[in-house]
Amino acid sequence: MARVVVDVMLKPEILDPQGKAVEGALGRLGLEGVTSVRQGKTFTVELDGEIDEERLAQVHELAGSLLSNPVIEDYVIREVTA
Amino acid sequence: MRVGVVTFPGSLDDRDAARAVRIAGGEAVALWHADADLHGVDAVVLPGGFSYGDYLRCGAIARFAPVMGELVKAAQGGLPVLGICNGFQILCESHLLPGALVRNDSLHFVCRDQRLRIESTSTAWTSSYEVGQEIVVPLKNGEGGYVADEATLDRLEGEGRVVARYLELNPNGSRRDIAGIANERGNVVGLMPHPEHAVEPLTGPTTDGLGFFTSILKGLVEA
Repeated sequence: MARVVVDVMLKPEILDPQGKAVEGALGRLGLEGVTSVRQGKTFTVELDGEIDEERLAQVHELAGSLLSNPVIEDYVIREVTA
Repeated sequence: MRVGVVTFPGSLDDRDAARAVRIAGGEAVALWHADADLHGVDAVVLPGGFSYGDYLRCGAIARFAPVMGELVKAAQGGLPVLGICNGFQILCESHLLPGALVRNDSLHFVCRDQRLRIESTSTAWTSSYEVGQEIVVPLKNGEGGYVADEATLDRLEGEGRVVARYLELNPNGSRRDIAGIANERGNVVGLMPHPEHAVEPLTGPTTDGLGFFTSILKGLVEA
């Protein structure tokens, strides 16, 4: 079984009110010096069989269309386990 | 005049949208997300709600529904399409309209009667209004903040494609108080507030929303 991990983050210029709320909570819970929190998503995609270049290209295609919205988000394929 | 209203799993306002079409004098035609056929309608409304539970991103999964393939082609060919709330999100996810809708800056779901100013009457859906006309219609969203890069916002303003703007209060952090936009041709309009809930005195705060639906019927008669 193959596994691909895709991280999706809001682009830096997009306001992240959820991250802001978490940032406030971390400070209230005693963590000093928090300057920023951004909240993102991680997708762990498990696939039967081997992952070859063609399938990885398909994952890239879908990461840039379904898993993320390129208008507001960036994605990174962080891990590929063949 | 046959106006289709698409129902996705999780659509909420499809019945109200169909009712608004009927009150305006049109025939409402129910369209189904899994049916890749627009059944020859003259215009389409993508209604509000929570298609696919708003999972992943609002409108992100609905965009790939079978009916959307046909709708995107038809819209690019000039078919009038109005996306309200979740429908606006679906139009942005489909890239029929630029930009995106993100979580309200307050993080709260907002539900209120919202004052708007109609900024453009040269779209298929706003010709019944006057430029600068103020209307009050319900607004209800959790992810209604309109965002786009500065160049896109400047282009929308420069080309007169901002259709409506929030007045008195910006309920969701939308850039430049934008409540609705149109595509270049003016046949596709996305709107975050809900005109379909303001078409009868009994059930709405006003009847100000009816103009969106009479606009399309008027346009189709003249066409």
